[in-house]
Amino acid sequence: MLRAVIGRDLRLAMRRQADIVAAMFFFIIVVSLFPLGVGPEPDQLRRMAPGVLWVAALLATMLSLPRLFADDHRDGTLEQLALAPQPLGLIVLGKVIAHWLVAGLPLVILAPVLGIQFDLSRDALAVLTVSLLIGTPALSGIGAIGAALTLGVRGGGVLLSLLVLPLYIPVLIFGAGAVDATVSGLGPQAHLSLLGALALGGVFFAPWPTAAALRVALE
Amino acid sequence: MHWNSFGEFLAMGSHGLYVWGSVVVMAVLMLAEPMLLVHGRKTLVARLKRQLRAEQQEAGANRSPSHHSHNAPRNTPQE
Amino acid sequence: MTDRVINWFKYASPQTFYPLAGKLIPWFWALAALFGIAGLAIGFLIAPTDAQQGEGYRIIFLHVPASWMSMFIYLVMAFWAGIGLAFNIRLSGMMASALAPTGALFAFLSLWTGALWGKPMWGTWWVWDARLTSELILLFLYIGFIALQAAIDDPRRADKAGAILALVGVVNIPIIYFSVKWWNTLHQGASVSLTKAPSMAAMMLWGMLLCALACWMYSIAIALMRVRTIMLERERHTDWVRELLDEKG
Repeated sequence: MLRAVIGRDLRLAMRRQADIVAAMFFFIIVVSLFPLGVGPEPDQLRRMAPGVLWVAALLATMLSLPRLFADDHRDGTLEQLALAPQPLGLIVLGKVIAHWLVAGLPLVILAPVLGIQFDLSRDALAVLTVSLLIGTPALSGIGAIGAALTLGVRGGGVLLSLLVLPLYIPVLIFGAGAVDATVSGLGPQAHLSLLGALALGGVFFAPWPTAAALRVALE
Repeated sequence: MHWNSFGEFLAMGSHGLYVWGSVVVMAVLMLAEPMLLVHGRKTLVARLKRQLRAEQQEAGANRSPSHHSHNAPRNTPQE
Repeated sequence: MTDRVINWFKYASPQTFYPLAGKLIPWFWALAALFGIAGLAIGFLIAPTDAQQGEGYRIIFLHVPASWMSMFIYLVMAFWAGIGLAFNIRLSGMMASALAPTGALFAFLSLWTGALWGKPMWGTWWVWDARLTSELILLFLYIGFIALQAAIDDPRRADKAGAILALVGVVNIPIIYFSVKWWNTLHQGASVSLTKAPSMAAMMLWGMLLCALACWMYSIAIALMRVRTIMLERERHTDWVRELLDEKG
């Protein structure tokens, strides 16, 4: 069941690759704007890099969230899924995983390349990639709650960011903090384990409120 | 009483601007909120009464029995 | 629902709650004024000067109650939201939406008074202290809740969606607080510790408690007033609202 949902969502996503590519370029452009805004001193860039890359990752994730349930809602698929014998939370979990594969994983792959622009050391680049790998599933999971709550609501996109961005703060803190800790020589273990706990919570807890919000939207 | 003069009370040991800035803003907002609520409630009641009267007149003009009130849908968008 | 359950939730029906709330509101206003005057009199007229902070510390009598209320109200709001979601009681949802703007107001006031306190004490309007940052995020959560409810036209859906958001927020608040605190301890450079509270004179404590009580009473009175307006608006097609409007001439 889970695999069927993931497979279906991935096939649908492949049909509109332009969206995925646009989100990636958004990520690249936002990150590249910062050196232009604050100046090219390598020391300053190195200090800013974790925060900039992580904030850009949050924003890029936000871009693709409104589509998470909207298409299925429009063509009635969502109502059928809600009536299916499987718990709706499980179906949501499948969609969250598919969203991460489409929107989160590309960010993880791009991040080290962009990190080089900021003169990060090899260790820091590795930790940055790992932190994004662990953290982005949490972004997809928590974001799904916001996507379900704003489903079919007017002004949904802006509202979605208003609801979800405050909830992303812990992920941002531990994600960027892990890289920071590496740069300053403290070691990223503590941050990464807390980030992992958040990711587990985001992926396995968040689908249930999301399912409840979807049922409210479908009433 | 802690203060010797009113001027001393106002000066708050050279922190007057900060202390009174907090007090004034808090007082203004905490008075404005109930006033806005009372005002909003008055306009709402006036509007609902207008609607009610309009409906009653309409019902009288049509000489139809009034059956509007029982469990009518609560979410009909108006205005 | 059985008869007994209906009886149990008698005061949960808007029709019974509306006049009851109307009778209670003046009492809560009176109590708010009483506690407020007593608290401010103690705080601003009687309480001694703080040894470390001089007279500027008197902002504490506004700042601390506002911060407490902003947090309490979120909890109470989430409580009502949860009850409304679990038992499908209309009144609970209305209470949650009635509380949110007042909570946001107190969160804002807490930030405002905090900034005015910080300037003379630390020489800066804003520090990225764990508490101030959490308070700011709390304000964002309130604004998200209000914006979500405002964007949904169907009040039943607005109640339920808001309830889910409030509950998710309540689960998240401790996580946010601890993550901000953790972040704060790692960036010592910018932080000024608020935690080393000066040993408070009993008189100061009394003033603060009375002010906090006044804010409680104020919040209850305001919430009841707002919930009455929400009731009229939502129940405008029911018999009892029509009778009420007729009575008023």
